[in-house]
Amino acid sequence: MMASSYNAKDEDGHITVTGPGGGAVLRSKKPENTAFKQQRLPAWQPILTAGTVLPAFFIIGLLFIPIGIGLFVTSNNIKEFEIDYTGADTSSPCFNCSQNFSWNSTSPCTCTVPFYLEQPYESNVYVYYGLSNFYQNHRRYVKSRDDSQLNGNLKSLREPSKECEPYAYHNNKPIAPCGAIANSMFNDTLELFYNDPNGTSVKILLGTTGIAWWTDKHVKFGNPGGVDSNLSAVFQGAGGCWSLALSNAYKRDSTRSSSSDRLSVSGTTKPLNWRRPVYELDSDQSNNGFVNEDFIVWMRTAALPTFRKLYRIIGKSSQMVPTLPRGNYTLEVVYNYPVRSFEGRKRMILSTISWMGGKNPFLGIAYITVGSVCFFLGVVLLVIHHKCGNRNNGAEISN
Amino acid sequence: ASQCCRNRKPHEEERRVRANDREYNEKFQYASNCIMTSKYNIVTFLPVNLFEQFQEVANTYFLFLLILQLIPQISSLSWFTTIVPLALVLSITAVKDATDDYFRHKSDNQVNNRQSQVLIRGLLQNEKWMNVRVGDIIKLENKQFVAADLLLLSSSEPHGLCYIETAELDGETNMKVRQSVSVTNELADQNNLASFDGEVVCEPPNNKLDRFCGTLYWRDKKYTLTNQNMLLRGCVLRNTETCYGLVIFAGPDTKLMQNSGSTKFKRTSIDRLMNTLVLWIFGFLVCMGVILAVGNAVWEREVGSLFQSYLPWDPSVDNFLFSAFLSFWSYVIILNTVVPISLYVSVEVIRLGHSYFINWDQEMFCSQCNTAAEARTTTLNEELGQVEYIFSDKTGTLTQNIMTFNKCSINGQTYGEGPDPLDFTPFNPLADPDFCFYDDTLLESVKVGDAHTHKFFRLLSLCHTVMSEEKSEGELVYKAQSPDEGALVTAARNFGFVFRSRTPGTITTTEMGRPVTYTLLAILDFNNIRKRMSVIVRDPEGRICLYCKGADTVLLERLHPCEQELMNVTSDHLHEYAADGLRTLALAYRDLSEDEWEAWSESYCCADKATSCREDRLAAAYEHIEQDMMLLGATAIEDKLQEGVPETIAVLSLANIKIWVLTGDKQETAVNIGYSCKMLTDDMPEVFIISGNTVHSVRQELRRARERMIELSRTREGGKEEGIEGWKQLQCPPPPPSNLMDNISGEFALVINGHSLAHALEADMETEFVSTACACKAVICCRVTPLQKAQVVELIKKHKKAVTLAIGDGANDVSMIKSAHIGVGISGQEGIQAVLASDYSFSQFRFLQRLLLVHGRWSYLRMCRFLCYFFYKNFAFTMVHFWFGFFCGFSAQTVYDQYFITLYNIVYTSLPVLAMGIFDQDVPDQRSLEYPKLYEPGQLNLLFNKREFFICIAQGIYTSVVLFFVPCAVLSDATQSTGEPLADYQTFAVTTATALVIVVSVQIALDTGFWTVINHVFVWGSLGSYFSIMLALHSQTLFLIFPNQFHFVGSAQSTLLQPVVWLTIALATTICIVPVLAFRFLKVDLKPQLSDTVRYTQLVRQKKHGRLGARGGSRRSGYAFAHQEGFGELITSGKNMRLSSLALASFASRHSSGWIDTLRRKKPTHVQTPPRGSVPLEGSGCCIQQPPPALCSYGNQTE
Repeated sequence: MMASSYNAKDEDGHITVTGPGGGAVLRSKKPENTAFKQQRLPAWQPILTAGTVLPAFFIIGLLFIPIGIGLFVTSNNIKEFEIDYTGADTSSPCFNCSQNFSWNSTSPCTCTVPFYLEQPYESNVYVYYGLSNFYQNHRRYVKSRDDSQLNGNLKSLREPSKECEPYAYHNNKPIAPCGAIANSMFNDTLELFYNDPNGTSVKILLGTTGIAWWTDKHVKFGNPGGVDSNLSAVFQGAGGCWSLALSNAYKRDSTRSSSSDRLSVSGTTKPLNWRRPVYELDSDQSNNGFVNEDFIVWMRTAALPTFRKLYRIIGKSSQMVPTLPRGNYTLEVVYNYPVRSFEGRKRMILSTISWMGGKNPFLGIAYITVGSVCFFLGVVLLVIHHKCGNRNNGAEISN
Repeated sequence: ASQCCRNRKPHEEERRVRANDREYNEKFQYASNCIMTSKYNIVTFLPVNLFEQFQEVANTYFLFLLILQLIPQISSLSWFTTIVPLALVLSITAVKDATDDYFRHKSDNQVNNRQSQVLIRGLLQNEKWMNVRVGDIIKLENKQFVAADLLLLSSSEPHGLCYIETAELDGETNMKVRQSVSVTNELADQNNLASFDGEVVCEPPNNKLDRFCGTLYWRDKKYTLTNQNMLLRGCVLRNTETCYGLVIFAGPDTKLMQNSGSTKFKRTSIDRLMNTLVLWIFGFLVCMGVILAVGNAVWEREVGSLFQSYLPWDPSVDNFLFSAFLSFWSYVIILNTVVPISLYVSVEVIRLGHSYFINWDQEMFCSQCNTAAEARTTTLNEELGQVEYIFSDKTGTLTQNIMTFNKCSINGQTYGEGPDPLDFTPFNPLADPDFCFYDDTLLESVKVGDAHTHKFFRLLSLCHTVMSEEKSEGELVYKAQSPDEGALVTAARNFGFVFRSRTPGTITTTEMGRPVTYTLLAILDFNNIRKRMSVIVRDPEGRICLYCKGADTVLLERLHPCEQELMNVTSDHLHEYAADGLRTLALAYRDLSEDEWEAWSESYCCADKATSCREDRLAAAYEHIEQDMMLLGATAIEDKLQEGVPETIAVLSLANIKIWVLTGDKQETAVNIGYSCKMLTDDMPEVFIISGNTVHSVRQELRRARERMIELSRTREGGKEEGIEGWKQLQCPPPPPSNLMDNISGEFALVINGHSLAHALEADMETEFVSTACACKAVICCRVTPLQKAQVVELIKKHKKAVTLAIGDGANDVSMIKSAHIGVGISGQEGIQAVLASDYSFSQFRFLQRLLLVHGRWSYLRMCRFLCYFFYKNFAFTMVHFWFGFFCGFSAQTVYDQYFITLYNIVYTSLPVLAMGIFDQDVPDQRSLEYPKLYEPGQLNLLFNKREFFICIAQGIYTSVVLFFVPCAVLSDATQSTGEPLADYQTFAVTTATALVIVVSVQIALDTGFWTVINHVFVWGSLGSYFSIMLALHSQTLFLIFPNQFHFVGSAQSTLLQPVVWLTIALATTICIVPVLAFRFLKVDLKPQLSDTVRYTQLVRQKKHGRLGARGGSRRSGYAFAHQEGFGELITSGKNMRLSSLALASFASRHSSGWIDTLRRKKPTHVQTPPRGSVPLEGSGCCIQQPPPALCSYGNQTE
């Protein structure tokens, strides 16, 4: 029954309802007149006009083509020599080694591979070893390491992370360095001999340092017990040097490990596949243990299954003589690393370097191609624009 | 509030309440009066809120991923890559929920602790609201809130009346009256009430606000109780000193609380599309997973098994099939970022931003009523840019709902056409000074004492439901339920029949200066079906008379047969008035003899007391007495159009929006309003009127209309040949010939009557009606009921895949507002029920054009651009893993650093796209109003649909290919300048990630059309944050603290110092962007959308006028243009007069050009009729270089 419904309205017709937010106060609710609230912020409104897009294409083209040519020329000037010594073919000198080898064999197998450099290599020459079909980027492989241990943490040395499984413990002793990466470290020894035309064979001096990243060598990797500790003692966890090593270790690690740790440290063992323990990688103390550069280089896992890693550097000896003159050479391989089980390949690479690194023809070609395509696109678009575009419609409308 | 308990008891069949007997009532365990709208308390917040959040599918999905990641064999990503975004999303939602709940707690506490006076053991005691129990008797005082649903027992006012305001309950601000049952009213004082022990048996709690059904048993007698006896919680007592009430429903059982249910949740079409797409993406994800798992199986069998000497299988995973199974899940984890968790949150944030812009818009602020526009729903904004049908109420929406008594016809004589307004003051001291009437012959007729005229105004002063308030002698204020009733009573007042006051049984008036009191015998109230109201009064002389006023169609049927001649004359007048767009009512009376009254009174009482079909029986009783009436005349009331309505409608129809007006008014009025607001124009070839009364005739009329349309559009097509010739010069093909109904360009209009509509809405006619009506540009439905309004909306929703918008202001529009995709409420004159039901509200119809064409358009554009880019960037990001899978033995190794994966979506790329989604504009607001055609892409759903989605996805996949293979090809052989190879995993990861961030940043830069400061800050900031965060994460410091967490130490520095890396990034970026750039340029150049053209125009203008006049439409004063100092000092110092005068001249010219610009820009919005030139352009999408209609007129006017 609405017979008695009456209206009580404000005279101005304004109706306010007391919502949950509180009573309505009679003040002006006019929104603020700010550029932000009124969506009038000053703004730059770019438009894709012929005047902006076409020059952009030409500029890209004109920029990329010279860069590409530069890159291509630079890359072409770099000398690179590659030799596969896997020994997959029967004709290969390393065939025997590759056939007979297993991780357990005690006597090293050596093979020599002769090769000929057609051009002399000026300046520093970089020696790489390359592996193919080796999945260093497999998820389980990549994570199978303990960076804390590699950094020299005593606690991790004693108790490797479980990421290292199944290469964390062997015979109840912690493995140092633990994990699948360390376990599979490349251990062929490569040596180069220059066969002088007069018949003598000269061993070429291979520099073993300067091949790892600075941060890896100085930050990421560190020996337990500090720089000047007795490594064998630290890793073996026994012997007369134990207390010394520990005190050093304690000094170094006092911030990280509690003092009770030192009493329970026992010895570590080498990775299963290794012939030598980690503290015997090099006689040079600063290149031994976890900071051994060969080891560090191996531990920096590759992104793709075919990769190369820096092995040695042949420093330029004098201005007059090329580092590697043209002529006959012999590569002497101590064949320790089996790859045939998974159809892998092993290579040795010699390369010089420019400002942009090693030989890299792709980049130059790609730049030239992209640059030309852009330029060409620019021309095509210009033609299309000229023939069919509606250049002036806007201006017509505006009047 | 903690004392509240919500123990659910078995379903209540009926409720028994005995007054003053708590023990008895406690048996039933009725809810106490404590309310708890809050959901959580401090202890339960976390579990309950988390439980609620995990009911969302997306959240559960991410939880599932998180669990997967905890399995070491599967975990391809660290747990934090999922938990950080998940925690972020959950905590944002939780904080929002917590704040909401905190405010609910506060209001609950405040309400529960309100004091009320409860009668306990004969004494009035102050109790908190929450301690009030069912069966208590409460004393209420004036202006107090009613604490619970009460049965009114007694009141201080005579007859047990009391007045309430129900604004909080139903939004109606008018006062309502309630009356107590007479026996309880006699109890009057406190002592009697304390011993009152009546028992109420009534319906169980429900949410029907206008219905109550119960019986009071007291002293062996039964009394029927209706809603008329109830005071509902939420009402405020008014004009009543005190009253007592018996608590029937308390707390959660009250009708107020029962009504506060959840509202119907509306979703936008973009939402639905998004959900479909997300499902598709899930399917895609599973496919990728399967492909990679198969790859994994093959690899493990062929290669992995041989590689075991270096990488043995896990002892638990000893065969390739199991490995593949695990790898499937690993890849699901890695690739999950194609459906980023931040999608839904970002969409909500963007919509919220758009809603704020609507609320903040000054141009949608009405200063007269101090109301800003309000986006009451924050989830529908982009749908505002897709509206195709607008259903509008007429009264109060198109019109102001301010009624003025304009004309009248008394006894065959029409009045109201005079030159000057009448001055009533000398004649009538009680006259309302604001009232205007233009015909003095009517006043003369009153003064002369013409019986008919007197009777006419007497009727107006008696037959109504207006309440009067006389603050001081002669200062009358009328409170009317509807404004036309107020106008009628005011008219009577000014012509000397002043309604002074009423009681339930009497009406006191002052007739020609002489006070008269009538006994009010009955009110036969108005409703939508009856369309009339009557009163039966006994005058002081004892004569009984029925006065009736109502819609002419209804009333004229019920006249005495001898009235035929007068009826014809009056009918003509009514037509005339209707043709002027006036609202008409016919007035009639009937003298009743005492016997007739007695007889009817009895049947009326009988019907009134009936328990079943009461309404029907009352209607029959009313029908019985409202017969054989004598016609008095008719009134015509002017319903003023709102400001800017014709312009708005013109603009909206240029935007291809079809406007349907649904009104309760009669056909002539509706058609007339249609003309006056430019919905119907004289340009229209034909306006079809459907007014058949039978199914058959309606069908016939619809068919005929359709045939005629086809015929007319054929001839027009023929006539257009010349126009086509002209077009050929513009190298543009003519539009395809149209012979389907869909292709008829809608220059037609349809008017349909309520009863015809009823037939048209029947199931078998639906399609016919829809196809006819949708071919018309304007449709007017008159004489429709609120239900029909909703039916029409539902019909269009069902048959057309179009977005509908309903706009209205009254309670009769609520159903329509609720059923349309978007409901807009006009916060105007008729209460706020429509506003409460609406999604958007503002106070003027004309704001609709800004809401749709500016805000809606922008919202749609922004949302589409946002979605396109969002899917693109996530595909570009994620699919790189897929390609990498082929090179890493399908081992689910990620390409990027884990921290990068964690932060990519929430830090590195979130803000620029949010900024674009919130701030982007393609054309300024003024332009979108000027060129309504800009609205079309939204209606056609062009900017984001499945096709666009696939384009984005394809682009994303292309980008991922480039991002993976270019670094792959370059880096595989490259070395640093120190000889170390660059092909290590970390360098590769950093290079790809950097290239990705740069590519997606360049892409967002291309997508952003409106670079505000915020966009700059976000884009550059994101890039900056990427580099700084990466350098920080790869720093020595972090590594030395957590050596096992930050493996990438030194990678950033070492990688980013390499020229080759930068060359690679530049190369990849170019390869990704150049095709996009070329494609977009071609699109703009060859097939420019209108928005592109307008943008270009804007650019040209900016160049022409310099930067000053550039920002269109900001109406600033001349001085505002000069941002530098004025010239005052220069002039007064007299230093260099020549320079200063020169500067002044340039200043003046700049000023004037700006001013002229403003004027020119304003003009087109005032174009009243769309020019004829607009016709050939309808629906021809290809010829956009032809200026759109508004542009034509623009050009014509300025040149």
